[in-house]
Amino acid sequence: MAHASSYRPNTAIGKWFDVRLPVMRMMHDQFNDFPTPRNLNYLWTFGGILTFFLVVQLATGIVLAMHYIPHESMAFDSVEKIMRDVNWGWLLRYMHANGGSMFFLAVYIHIARGMYYGSYKAPREILWVIGVFIFLAMMATAFMGYSLVWGQMSFWAVTVITNLFSSLDSIVDGLGTAVVQWIWGGFSVGGPTLTRLFSLHYLLPFIITGLVILHIWALHVPGSNNPTGIDIKSKSDAIPFHPYYTFKDAYALCLFVILFMGLVFYAPNFLAHPDNYIQANPLQTPPHIVPEWYFLPFYAILRAIPDKLFGVIAFAGSIGLLAFLPWLDTSKVKSTRYRPIYKWFFALFIINTLVLGYLGAKPAEGMYLLFARIGTAFYFAHLLVVMPVVGWFEKPSAMPGSITDDVLGKGSGGGRPSAATASPGRR
Amino acid sequence: MRNIASPKRKLLLAVAAAVLYAASVAGTPAKAAGEQTIETQKWSFSGPFGMFDRGQLQRGFKVYKEVCAACHGLRLLRFRNLGEPGGPEFSSAAVKALAAEAEVQDGPDDEGEMFTRPGRPSDAFVSPFANKNAARAANNGAYPPDLSVMAKARARGPDYIYSLMAGYKETPDDLELAEGMSYNTAFPGHQIAMAAPLDDDAVEYTDGTAPTLENYSKDISAFLMWAAEPKLEERHKLGFRFMIYLIILAGLLYLVKRRVWAGLKH
Repeated sequence: MAHASSYRPNTAIGKWFDVRLPVMRMMHDQFNDFPTPRNLNYLWTFGGILTFFLVVQLATGIVLAMHYIPHESMAFDSVEKIMRDVNWGWLLRYMHANGGSMFFLAVYIHIARGMYYGSYKAPREILWVIGVFIFLAMMATAFMGYSLVWGQMSFWAVTVITNLFSSLDSIVDGLGTAVVQWIWGGFSVGGPTLTRLFSLHYLLPFIITGLVILHIWALHVPGSNNPTGIDIKSKSDAIPFHPYYTFKDAYALCLFVILFMGLVFYAPNFLAHPDNYIQANPLQTPPHIVPEWYFLPFYAILRAIPDKLFGVIAFAGSIGLLAFLPWLDTSKVKSTRYRPIYKWFFALFIINTLVLGYLGAKPAEGMYLLFARIGTAFYFAHLLVVMPVVGWFEKPSAMPGSITDDVLGKGSGGGRPSAATASPGRR
Repeated sequence: MRNIASPKRKLLLAVAAAVLYAASVAGTPAKAAGEQTIETQKWSFSGPFGMFDRGQLQRGFKVYKEVCAACHGLRLLRFRNLGEPGGPEFSSAAVKALAAEAEVQDGPDDEGEMFTRPGRPSDAFVSPFANKNAARAANNGAYPPDLSVMAKARARGPDYIYSLMAGYKETPDDLELAEGMSYNTAFPGHQIAMAAPLDDDAVEYTDGTAPTLENYSKDISAFLMWAAEPKLEERHKLGFRFMIYLIILAGLLYLVKRRVWAGLKH
């Protein structure tokens, strides 16, 4: 958010730097004195939590890569060797595996928060679209990382997902097969596939880091949205990021880390599939190939469509469509708080996504398949029909005049900040 | 208060729901053909403070060595692991003696020949067969899997192994077993290529524990759990300290956050 810089370098070296590379000024203006709505709830702490998990995954992953061997006959044992013979290897590996799950749990809450409070609406469209790209890159990274364990589920997940490209055969005969063999580096999933997955698994997190920097940049131009969806209008609507949100974020992060480390220490394999402790065997297909929990809703959509090509299109579309939310949503107000009809559709959308996740873990047959088809139809109907249509005819409920009105109740003015609102950072 | 208390409670509910949901999804392994009967046992190593029972691990190792090792390898284990903290904790003399019983291939020597020598604590356990084909040839076409991570490679691992060992029951009249197969209530499909490996008095126990199938089944399951998770005790111990630290830190951060926000109406 554009605001006058309050940075005053005190030291000679500070002044010297400030006219050459004003990094300290940027840090001060963007992360210390940055005006932030005073009414953010705990759902707004997940951005910081996600940044933390990106760092955890990078740090643990870089050390794991020093010990891991991306070879089809050695990968599985090298993971176990890390767990047994590398100092703190068991901790690093379990943190990395569960860190991925926590990353997705946090990102789903973060996305749902953005959808509920209309954080994708003008002027935050680019911020949102970059977010969808981050989500896509996360999914690719997680998928590749899971393959590196080279257990049965790893191997067969790679086989299933890379085979999706063979659906291109129905457009141009032989194209899909050629693409799949190009991806595999051979005529089946094997050693060459593993080494390229490893290489890309190491590359993508740095691309995510770059996207995250753009995401934060795009956030800091209009500033944070807030539960009312009303822009900051006066000084009393905003408080400096530090110390208010630094400490609120730190507290929320600590609670989330308790959940994370609880899993790492007491149930490290709880979210994993036992079959992935069986070394990859190309000659033996597991009875049910199930992805990690965070892919289940999309996996259900993929399997719900009877045609292979259209299944792949729906699978890609279910994520890709999210990028178009800013233009699919026609509502005049941002926050679902003030949308009496859409509120119910939103709740249904969340429940539907959870049900799809449940169905993704079940075999695609009988009632499971039927419900997955209904769920898939509902998923797309929400994005393509409900969002444009409801926003068009819905009458928003009464809204407060400003963020300050919402926090302090009506009639409090909202023009002048109370004494307490003045930044405690400036003593 | 309206803006703080209720969204906070809602949020906690939402997070709890998300966690429960992830748990329910992850905790539903695909059911294989043939209903498996898995009996839940009490294990000394379960729960956040769980530790292995040294005596049980030592007995379980004896069962492995005298019975299972004839067909099943433990390739990820090294003899030194048997003396390390958190495991059976055999004395270093015992570990050396146990290692020396193994014939380990080494070489090439100065003449370029491979040779065998007695094992050392740093050697890995020697698998009973040279390769998969040799294992199949000796076992009626079935491959006895390596047991190093078996306790993690099956849903409810230790309970499964226990139930499998104790699951050799009378074959029902209406079931026709395939050639060389045995009936087992814990195995998916109920037909297993492994003949009942254990029975009462199969292995001699020297610590006064009753030499029963029940005890053998429990002891081998516990031993294989340790083989799959040799750092379990270290994990539980470090976890306890880590959790105490995090909970205190969370409390302090909450107080600081309250203090910082105290001057602001919200």
